[in-house]
Amino acid sequence: MGRLRVVSPGPLTTTQDQGRFGYSRYGVSISGAADTHALTIGNMLVGNPANAAAIEVTFGATEFEFLDESVFALTGADLAASFNGAPAPLNQTIAAIPSDRVSFQSPKTGFRAYLCLAGGVDVPPTLGSRSTYLAAGIGGHEGRALRTDDVLHTGLSDRPVHTGRRASPSLLPRYGADITVRVIAGPQSDRFSETGLKIFYSSAYTVTDKSDRQGVRLDGPIIEAVAGYDIVSDAVVTGAVQVPGDGKPIVLLADRQTTGGYPKIGVVATVDVPLLAQVTPGSVVRFHPISVEEAQDETRRAIAALAAAVFEEPELQVTEMLVDGVPYRLELALPQAPARHLRATALVNGVRRVVGAEVL
Amino acid sequence: MTTDSIIYPRVLPVGESALVIELADRIDLEVNQRIYDLAAAVEREGVPGVQELVPTYRSLLVRYDPLRAKFPDLARVLDELAQGAPSSRSAREQSRQTFEIPVVYGGEEGPDLATVAGHAGMTEDQVIAAHVGSIYRVYMLGFAPGFPYLGGLDPRIACPRLKTPRTRVPAGSVGIAENQTGVYPLSTPGGWQIIGRTPAPVFLPSREPPVAILPGSYVRFARISRGRALDIAEEVAQGSYSLPLRRR
Repeated sequence: MGRLRVVSPGPLTTTQDQGRFGYSRYGVSISGAADTHALTIGNMLVGNPANAAAIEVTFGATEFEFLDESVFALTGADLAASFNGAPAPLNQTIAAIPSDRVSFQSPKTGFRAYLCLAGGVDVPPTLGSRSTYLAAGIGGHEGRALRTDDVLHTGLSDRPVHTGRRASPSLLPRYGADITVRVIAGPQSDRFSETGLKIFYSSAYTVTDKSDRQGVRLDGPIIEAVAGYDIVSDAVVTGAVQVPGDGKPIVLLADRQTTGGYPKIGVVATVDVPLLAQVTPGSVVRFHPISVEEAQDETRRAIAALAAAVFEEPELQVTEMLVDGVPYRLELALPQAPARHLRATALVNGVRRVVGAEVL
Repeated sequence: MTTDSIIYPRVLPVGESALVIELADRIDLEVNQRIYDLAAAVEREGVPGVQELVPTYRSLLVRYDPLRAKFPDLARVLDELAQGAPSSRSAREQSRQTFEIPVVYGGEEGPDLATVAGHAGMTEDQVIAAHVGSIYRVYMLGFAPGFPYLGGLDPRIACPRLKTPRTRVPAGSVGIAENQTGVYPLSTPGGWQIIGRTPAPVFLPSREPPVAILPGSYVRFARISRGRALDIAEEVAQGSYSLPLRRR
């Protein structure tokens, strides 16, 4: 169990897990990490269950201080993160000791980074999830975005992880400022003219600054509907592409409402939603049609790739010795710079305890 | 394509892990009841791969695990259920429930009551009488947690939205917008004409289910005094309050 203090919260920093499912019929949003894939990778790296809660950092200007020893990984966007002032490697485990600091400056690639801690962020679950549901003021840390001097606790980590454990680049999506996402025809695609559909699938749309965790609002050529832009409100899903009265598409993200009254021209394949969670205002989004079957195959492939993922483990030099009758284990891990790391573990009453860890 | 040429029920993909069954393209009590019957039937059948159901006005969203169910197979099973959709006891039982929402009308709690009365050419008391005189169908919950989409407003008290929405409407506010009426579960910006406020919370995140009003049921409003509202607020604080429930 460890503690982490918020030194600077940045524009929007929240606790998120994979989301709050099972309550849509009651109007409760899913919430959860905008980029669930990055959360999954981070949790796998630090030895957590996939649904453990992490900290979602938006844009940057954010800093944390470790108050206890911890193992963590930074995943998702490259927000020019640093660890004790030096560039911090992404998608790799790092060990921290008290007073270590991790900070995020501003986006280099992507928009949302995840600070995943071994043991997960331990906040009380609300309706089965640790995700922050900002609109309703529930979940996460006191139902709100993190503020300066908030202290978060981590849960127990029963799977000790070495520093320098790395995710293979093949597991990581290519975030970018010009992305193409695959789209399955939506339930109201017949509400659009042939020209409207052609425009949707052939145009470059620009991400506006009105985008947030609810949705990515796009600007670009107007998509023509045949019988107005209002439908009898029905349920929506994450990734749904709604076209409201101005004819400009909105792609729904984690904090979306559960129902909506705009026609859905398409639904972005779940495997491509993380790309949309990572676009910055001004980025370009294009839509490419695929079938349900193809999208299901993609999902199956992505899950199989995660299940088969083998992380690169650092080479460890291990020495075991007795000091005053107490067995000590000395680990010297020498993976890629700058995460060189030394850790001494004492076996006390049968429990391994890290007694000293240092980044060299 | 015009909507007239569509044959219902129809099943459409909503991405690769959800589908929707549409029974019609209109707001209609009988259609909505069939949606809840269908949801109950899907739950009863325990269809493999199905993870979550979201019933709305005239369609049912089914979220499923794409590793356990393929779209065409699941669509076929659900289409068959929709063709049959026998009325279930639980759905019928729910549709006989009427939740009573206590409301303090007018004054500070209902700053737009006078506007609605002016628009209707009625007195404030007549507006209140019309509002409490109807029984409303809870077609679905959405927009915000616990927000009921209600049907059955007396057309005489229908009223356009505010020209300029308020930046903050207190939780519990009861409003009218065109031919809709509803209760704001949370304190949010809003453009509805606010005619009153209920001390009873409609979103209860620490309860299971987390809402006071169930989708597919009915609602009526009851006029209460400020004094009674304070008593109810006290009961709410102590956790001993739940909405009065009547059977029809």
